[in-house]
Amino acid sequence: MTKSKKLRKNNVENNVEAMEQGWAIMEEGIAKLKNILEELESQFSSEEYMRLYTTMFNLAGRNNIDDDYICQQLYNNYKESVQAYIMSTVNPSLRDKHDEFMLRELVRRWSDHKVMVKWLSRFLSYLDRYFVVRKKVESVKDLGFSCFRDMAYGEVKHKAKDAVIALINKEREGGQIDRALLKNVLDVFVEMGKGEIEFYTDDFEDAMLKDTAHYYSRKASQWIFQDSCPDYMLKVEECLKTEKNRVSHYLHSSSETKLLEQVENELLVVYANQLLEKETGCRALLRDDKVDELSRMYRLFHNIPKGLEEVAKIFKEHVHSEGLMAIQMIEDATCNKTEKAGGARGEHALMTTFIELHNKYSAYTTGCFCNNAVLHKALKQAFESFCNQVVCGTSNADHLASYCDYILKKGGSEKISDEAIDESMDKIVKLLAYISDKDLFAEFSRKKLSRRLLFDRNVNDDHERLFLTKLKQQCGGQFTSKMEGMVTDLALAKENQNQFHEYLINNNAAIPGMDLTVNVLTTGFWPTYKTCDLRLPAEMVKCVQVFKEHYEAKTKHRKLTWIYSLGTCSINGKFDSKTIELVVGTYQGAVLLLFNDAQRLSYSDIKTQLNFEDDDLMRVLHSLSCSKYKILKKDPDSKFVSPNDYFEFNSKFTDKMRRIRIPLPVVDDRKKVIQDVDNDRRYSIDAALVRIMKGRKILGHQQLILECVEMLSNMFKPDVKVIKKRIEDLLARDYLERDAENPNLYKYVA
Amino acid sequence: MSGSSSKKDAPNSKRPFNSGAMDRFLAAAHKKLSSEAERIDQLFYSYAITPPWVIQPQGIDTLCSDLGIHHTDVRILMLAWKMQAEKQGYFTLDEWRRALTALRADTIIKLKAALPELEREVRRSSNRANFYSYAFKYNLTEEKQKFIDTETVCALLNLVLRSEFLPQVDALIHYLKIQTDYRVINMDQWMGFYRFCNEINFPELDNYDSDQAWPLIVDDFVDWIRSHRG
Repeated sequence: MTKSKKLRKNNVENNVEAMEQGWAIMEEGIAKLKNILEELESQFSSEEYMRLYTTMFNLAGRNNIDDDYICQQLYNNYKESVQAYIMSTVNPSLRDKHDEFMLRELVRRWSDHKVMVKWLSRFLSYLDRYFVVRKKVESVKDLGFSCFRDMAYGEVKHKAKDAVIALINKEREGGQIDRALLKNVLDVFVEMGKGEIEFYTDDFEDAMLKDTAHYYSRKASQWIFQDSCPDYMLKVEECLKTEKNRVSHYLHSSSETKLLEQVENELLVVYANQLLEKETGCRALLRDDKVDELSRMYRLFHNIPKGLEEVAKIFKEHVHSEGLMAIQMIEDATCNKTEKAGGARGEHALMTTFIELHNKYSAYTTGCFCNNAVLHKALKQAFESFCNQVVCGTSNADHLASYCDYILKKGGSEKISDEAIDESMDKIVKLLAYISDKDLFAEFSRKKLSRRLLFDRNVNDDHERLFLTKLKQQCGGQFTSKMEGMVTDLALAKENQNQFHEYLINNNAAIPGMDLTVNVLTTGFWPTYKTCDLRLPAEMVKCVQVFKEHYEAKTKHRKLTWIYSLGTCSINGKFDSKTIELVVGTYQGAVLLLFNDAQRLSYSDIKTQLNFEDDDLMRVLHSLSCSKYKILKKDPDSKFVSPNDYFEFNSKFTDKMRRIRIPLPVVDDRKKVIQDVDNDRRYSIDAALVRIMKGRKILGHQQLILECVEMLSNMFKPDVKVIKKRIEDLLARDYLERDAENPNLYKYVA
Repeated sequence: MSGSSSKKDAPNSKRPFNSGAMDRFLAAAHKKLSSEAERIDQLFYSYAITPPWVIQPQGIDTLCSDLGIHHTDVRILMLAWKMQAEKQGYFTLDEWRRALTALRADTIIKLKAALPELEREVRRSSNRANFYSYAFKYNLTEEKQKFIDTETVCALLNLVLRSEFLPQVDALIHYLKIQTDYRVINMDQWMGFYRFCNEINFPELDNYDSDQAWPLIVDDFVDWIRSHRG
């Protein structure tokens, strides 16, 4: 043997010996540790601690990294000791206990084990520093934990899980349990994962969730039949609250979402439709305005997938039927009476009812339904579904325009406050959003605006402009540009009038012969009015002449067209008893003036002299001879004017007032308005189609229709058939062509 | 123009076989073909008997009776198609030549014999749509005319589509006669009818989708059929 070999042999022998000696000391230490845990002995003294630590340290120092004999031995011995400890002490104690007692034992044993391992790893810390790293094995501590996990925990985990679940269910049924114990037990599960949650989830949570599902499934199947919808919902809320509470007290926080999901699933998802469709369900709650219950319903159904779809559907149906009911009621009450006055009130009743409905159900969507988009959409669809029906023979666009007119007239005569007007306008604009024929509304509004501006004495400029601003915000500038022009025209008219007065003052030759006010309207803005070639009485002719000279001097390149049908005049009627001032339309004035020169005139006389059309003349004569104020006597004295009648000035006429208005009834031109709007729509559709095709160059049929509808949606809802016709027209006019291969494809022809 | 004459001449003039026979054959063939062209022209002038030297309506009538067909027979329309005749009721020399050369018909007998083949050619799928649209254009007698009155259209449908799509044509003609919305038909609508007959199951109409780009008149026609089915 060489010297080195001999040395080595000695060393090896020495090492084995040293190992045996050192470990013996360690075993003593371990035994003491066990006793400490069993509370049979008190803590290590400092000397004991130092002795153990130093022995291990020295041993480890002798370790030769070539064979790692010492460290390997130490490591193995340690492992065996721990395992022996578990086998001999821990497992038996766990085995013979059950339920709560077993759980307590588990908690205690784990805690003890942690202490033991902590101490031992301190003693063996040298191993961690070098050996463990070099050999890439578990650290001393981890090894200790693994032994527990595999041998003790592994054996008892099923029992433990079952015991915990049993306790949870006991608590659910109202029993008292030791929450702290459960928290500790579940902490054991969690700690087994050393940072990962998988032991907790695999060995406990999964089973707990399944069990929870079963539990609530049973409960739900009872409750759904026994309980009313509100009661059931209360129970659900309660259960969710309790389970959440449970998590915060002893379950791991990661369980919360999964647990609540299980509960919601069993209580709500499975029975959602049944619950909503109960007699005491969603419809009943809406019917009875049970706001609290509806809020609860929202809260509960909000969290489950597609939960609100069914609720939204019922809500939509409910609002829809409320709308239809309102319409029916009003139709029955007012439209079946033929009174026009009653009809007018009825219109406003319709709009005010709609507004009330909208207020009510908007409050629901913002309140109970927390502004949820799905419910908002349901509300919108419901309103759209009944706001576009024809009521009392005319569309809601018309009704709404009448309502606006009514509000603005009232505002003009200051019967309602500014705030009330503002509020009403907001409501009107909101309702307008649901009406698809917005262009029809615009046209009716324009006509009514025109009458207000020209005939109403109490037009409030501010209100009118405010209303147009609100409309513009909602529908865009194109919608309101004409009406704004009209309002501006009237504002300018005053200025123009001043200029005219100045002209008259400065120009002696210009004598109209009477007080004359002329409103000059810009053609494009105002509705078109039928002009007639009225042969004015001489007195009026002079007026027109004078103004014409003034105007032509003022501006060039403008053509004036006189619309006498819109004018008013004041005439003094020198009756026998007294003179009464008559405020009449220009047409009526023209007829009356004829009687200055003739006592008795026939229908045809009047017609020829003034060059009236029959329908106009009949209306005029009717208003003067057959209505409330009989300024003219008609022969024969029948109710209606006929072309064979004769008329005389009724000198016997009198009235207690000194000034009376004799209005000319407005011709109902609704049909014409609708016709005009229809025509405009054709042009709009054409323009939209061309614009789209110009941009896209080539587009499929359905896509073209979709985009066209989209483009026009904020003015009206075009009929698909009409669009198709316009496309065909454009094809015929060579704006578009069909693709040769695919007849469903259109190409723009430049 | 009249048939091709130069056959494949070898680049060098040395011919391996009896070139003389070849030449004679070629000359004879050429002469035959030239004669054919001449005969075609001759035939033309037998119907175009006055200035301005085109076959006019009376000439066409005579032609029809010589061919043994009625002047409203679809085959005269097919002949016009073969000629790509531009003006209804008139055949020019070029048009005449175009058709008869293609048909290899230089006598009236041969022309008559060529008619069945012509029919088959028209009915071939590659030509059918072309013939159909030609039928419409052929009836646009005025310059810049874009539509044909419904009654003429009915007759035209009968002529052109009856043999293939009898039930559809009957239904369509019935509909066109009783409806009042459309007094005239344009090319797009005309082609719509053709597509309808070809693509849509009749009388089930189960594969008709009014959301597609069918002309409105076809949509209305389908609605009418469906409402009358009861």
